[in-house]
Amino acid sequence: MLLISCPNCGSRDETEFHYGGQAHVSYPENPNELNDREWAEYLFYRDNTKGTFAERWLHSTGCRQWFNMLRDTVTYDIQAVYPMGAPRPSTAVPAAAEAGTASVAADSTTTGTTAPGTSATSTSPGTTKSGITAPEGATK
Amino acid sequence: MANTAALKGINGLREIRRSPASHLAQAMETGSVPGTVVLKEGPFQTMAGVRVDPNSEESARIASVAGGLPARCGEVSGKEGVSVLWLGPSEFLVVAPEEAHDSLGGDLIGSLTAALGDAPGQVVDLSANRTTFELSGPRARAVLEKGCALDLHPRSFTPGTAVSTEVGNIPVALLKTGEESFRLFPRASFADYLGRWLLDAMREFASPEVP
Ligand SMILES: [Zn+2]
Repeated sequence: MLLISCPNCGSRDETEFHYGGQAHVSYPENPNELNDREWAEYLFYRDNTKGTFAERWLHSTGCRQWFNMLRDTVTYDIQAVYPMGAPRPSTAVPAAAEAGTASVAADSTTTGTTAPGTSATSTSPGTTKSGITAPEGATK
Repeated sequence: MANTAALKGINGLREIRRSPASHLAQAMETGSVPGTVVLKEGPFQTMAGVRVDPNSEESARIASVAGGLPARCGEVSGKEGVSVLWLGPSEFLVVAPEEAHDSLGGDLIGSLTAALGDAPGQVVDLSANRTTFELSGPRARAVLEKGCALDLHPRSFTPGTAVSTEVGNIPVALLKTGEESFRLFPRASFADYLGRWLLDAMREFASPEVP
């Protein structure tokens, strides 16, 4: 189970979210000028990155807001969470910063519904588990 | 919940209104363990879904009708008899007693609609959208913790806060009404499932604790 830091709600279980696919796929300037192949590539072709990938997520059972996330598709490490419309942050994020990102977002909700204790305890098993299973799935 | 208040609904419809978990009333009574954990369905509520830009003039007008709009996740605002739950940055749920509904002599929906006016946003009567469960007692938190991943410890989940999350794998708004009491707002179609889920989670507390 991933623990995802919603920018509005803090750390929540992965089951509260929906995946929205690759981020930063911009709508063509002039769709009428595209040929069929270019249009098909805009609609259906997406990167299949092994490693850090920018993707969209929706906090569907929480605040119902979209946001972008930088996630490593091999280790499942969440490297950054940033708003829709914002440019992709630099990927030079040390792996150790991942836990830091999560706890900062959790603390930013003043409600305290996401206590640091919870995020710490549930992050470790989640990360460990996905770290074991991810490479296997990534090669499929 | 059975009809308790002597309220006259339009065209007599109030008298035949039946709450989504009314068929579980008996089960909830026998499944409750007084002094440990008690579950019952709450009375009908008037609920309005509000979507409005929180930094706008119209949101200030709506706030004055509703008793404030919460600014962030967890916050609950409101005034006497009215609670406003934060559902999203521009989405709120206004909850008031049943008699606040316009068809029963109140003016909640109408005054919220008037406060929004022609501005962008929406005020929707959601009174039949959700039902409420009242879960209380010293073990209420232990029951919820079986199906809710949030930290419900009193140090972080304090009375008067509410979150939109999952309990028993279904989406609910969870409001902490007191030190040991919670109000859950599941959608009506989930009432049967959540009622039975909570009853199942409560079962162990009816037996003596195994040391
Ligand atoms: Zn959220």
